[in-house]
Amino acid sequence: MLIRTTPPLLASEITDEKQYLRRREFIRLVGGAAVVAGTAPWLEACSGDRVSADFAGTGGPAVPAGQSPLPNVKPKVVATDETTNTFEEITSYNNFYEFGTGKDDPQRNAGRLTTSPWKVKIDGHCGKPAEYHLEDLIRPHQLEERIYRMRCVEAWSMVIPWVGIPLAEIIKRAEPTSKATFVAFTTLHRPKEMFGQTQPVLDWPYDEGLRMDEAMHPLTILSVGLYGKTLMNQNGAPIRLVVPWKYGFKSIKSIVRIEFVDRMPPTAWNKANPGEYGFYSNVNPEVDHPRWTQATERRIGEFRRRRTLMFNGYGDQVASMYAGMDLRKNY
Amino acid sequence: MLKLAKPLIFAIALAPFLWLATRALTGRLSANPIEDITLTTGIWTLRFLVITLAITPLRRITGWNRAIQYRRMLGLFAFFYAVLHVSTYVVLDLFFAWDLILADIAKRPFITAGMVAFVAMIPLALTSTKGWIRRLGRRWQLLHRLIYLSAIAAAVHYLWKVKVMVGSPVYYAAIIAALLLFRAVWGFRHRRRTNPQPAEA
Repeated sequence: MLIRTTPPLLASEITDEKQYLRRREFIRLVGGAAVVAGTAPWLEACSGDRVSADFAGTGGPAVPAGQSPLPNVKPKVVATDETTNTFEEITSYNNFYEFGTGKDDPQRNAGRLTTSPWKVKIDGHCGKPAEYHLEDLIRPHQLEERIYRMRCVEAWSMVIPWVGIPLAEIIKRAEPTSKATFVAFTTLHRPKEMFGQTQPVLDWPYDEGLRMDEAMHPLTILSVGLYGKTLMNQNGAPIRLVVPWKYGFKSIKSIVRIEFVDRMPPTAWNKANPGEYGFYSNVNPEVDHPRWTQATERRIGEFRRRRTLMFNGYGDQVASMYAGMDLRKNY
Repeated sequence: MLKLAKPLIFAIALAPFLWLATRALTGRLSANPIEDITLTTGIWTLRFLVITLAITPLRRITGWNRAIQYRRMLGLFAFFYAVLHVSTYVVLDLFFAWDLILADIAKRPFITAGMVAFVAMIPLALTSTKGWIRRLGRRWQLLHRLIYLSAIAAAVHYLWKVKVMVGSPVYYAAIIAALLLFRAVWGFRHRRRTNPQPAEA
């Protein structure tokens, strides 16, 4: 739905998706047939659908209701040789407390969220504050595939093929002033569609923040897709942050506001439990969560735990931003 | 009818395990199956602790004293699920990494509490036979009050494990608190009366 001037679905793609479904017959697939049949009118593939072809070979996705293929994605701008988690894994095991605190709650409950139309307000200390329709926010930029490790603070991890744009590009468009030292993000607040927000689990709406240099870092992206298609609601549709060297909760979902601020903004988990969740929340195997170890993690799909890497393995790219900081204090 | 009751309760109590095993063997657990198994066996341990602790209040309130004959089996099921829960942690989760396990028990309060709950159940399971009941006599009852410690530690274990203390862990803690409070109040009244009557709670 992001870009409208695209030819219809290619027949070859449908075949791929059927293969995908067959491969996953052993997995519970409620209404699997309806998934394929029901989405056809939605699909808007582009002519040179390279990305879909790539994904087809790597166990790529069916297109469940509500998802559309994203055209012209620059493949593997950042990649890893680690095995990518399956679409099923990435979309069935989520923390998204707006839809319930169970791992399977988001998949069950996120369907009722309306993600179109969607507006994102960009304001605060910047030269060009504006409220954008999502399409207008994204259209000027080249979509990129970024295959990132995602490390949850609960000591599990996945490898996820996001599609998105560097946050830095959006920030530059807004022309932040010198006062803008931090960037604050806010999730949609719509309790009617996000029933978790009717319960006092967190201080709704969910908010997050980054230091300006973190926000401008080339690894930081705004994601609008997964496996070459638009995001599923349970993964933070239609637009979410992805900061791969920080614990997953920093990567705020379903964003409606990006604000340039001059001080460290409040963040949802820090407010809920400041002793356990700091503003920085960089992945750090040496600083344990007060209640569990962060030294190891379970990669979803693997049996044995693996060692957690400093900055989730992105230390070469990001460690310099924290030079001289006591990471035990600034957890 | 009464002869059927025990096997029936046994089958019902075993059903969660059979269902979990079925899901595991048919690939119907979540994307993190080890967590799934841990959570399922943990919650059933807590449920059977609650059911076991509810027998005495049930007898006092309803006067249905025959409920006592199912208590041992229910308590042993709590232990059964606890063994599965702890084994999942030791074998599947940490794969016998004893250094990590010991560090966890020492440093992670929620694991410490869980271990207390589990260890307190061991002597109860071991002395649940007729022979031990006879041998220990009055001391058996004293020993088996360890279930109070086990239940409290289990409730705390669950409360400390979650990221936000809402919902299910709070309900379990409240139910266990209520069951123990009932005993305290009952015991207090019972002691005050020289000739105790089966009063209602």
